[in-house]
Amino acid sequence: MSTGRDPGLQPERTRLAWRRTLLTVTVVTALAVRLASTGDPTGAVLAGGTVLVWGALLVLCWRRGTGTGPTRTGGRTLPLVTAGTVVLALLGVLLVLRGLW
Amino acid sequence: MWEVIRRWFDPAELGSVGETPDYRFSLANERTFLAWLRTGLALVGGGLAAAQFLPTLPMSHLREVIAVALLLLGAAVAIRAVDHWARTERAIRLGEELPASRFPAILALAVGGGALLLVVAVLMRAVGGR
Repeated sequence: MSTGRDPGLQPERTRLAWRRTLLTVTVVTALAVRLASTGDPTGAVLAGGTVLVWGALLVLCWRRGTGTGPTRTGGRTLPLVTAGTVVLALLGVLLVLRGLW
Repeated sequence: MWEVIRRWFDPAELGSVGETPDYRFSLANERTFLAWLRTGLALVGGGLAAAQFLPTLPMSHLREVIAVALLLLGAAVAIRAVDHWARTERAIRLGEELPASRFPAILALAVGGGALLLVVAVLMRAVGGR
């Protein structure tokens, strides 16, 4: 934490923003797993992939969302969580298209 | 294009330009990124919900079209979020004007237009269906 008073509580607000993001990721994962659960092997593979991405995002968001150490901003975490979100979206597209054939 | 993507994953390159700003500006920029990322995630969630909770619509496969459109829009919002974050961070470090963007207006029009189309679909179903 940097020295001096920070009336805006910026590090805390940023940590809470990371936790909100993790909650949103979890809801999206639950919706994807529900859509995948029709008992066929393709659905099981896609559900497994979704849960793996969720695990990666859990680790990334958890690291930023907890702790009271030095303020960390930016870095590779941001593009990585973006990549995770894009992969979730693409897995969702496959889940939707799977229902068409 | 690959150069731009490589830059997002290279924090050292971003940290080498200009001066390190007051950390609060970087944190605010990061929270803006997270808010956009959640917007993208909400669109992805909306697409997944549309695919499994919408009833059959008057046009064949309209439900799947809506779901895939929302999912791809969510991915686009996420990618734009990290790009805008990197460009804003660079501008803050160099003391330049923050990057202007038409994206929020375009997204608002897309969401509004999509909602209107759905209203039409629901009305068609109410009038023509049963």
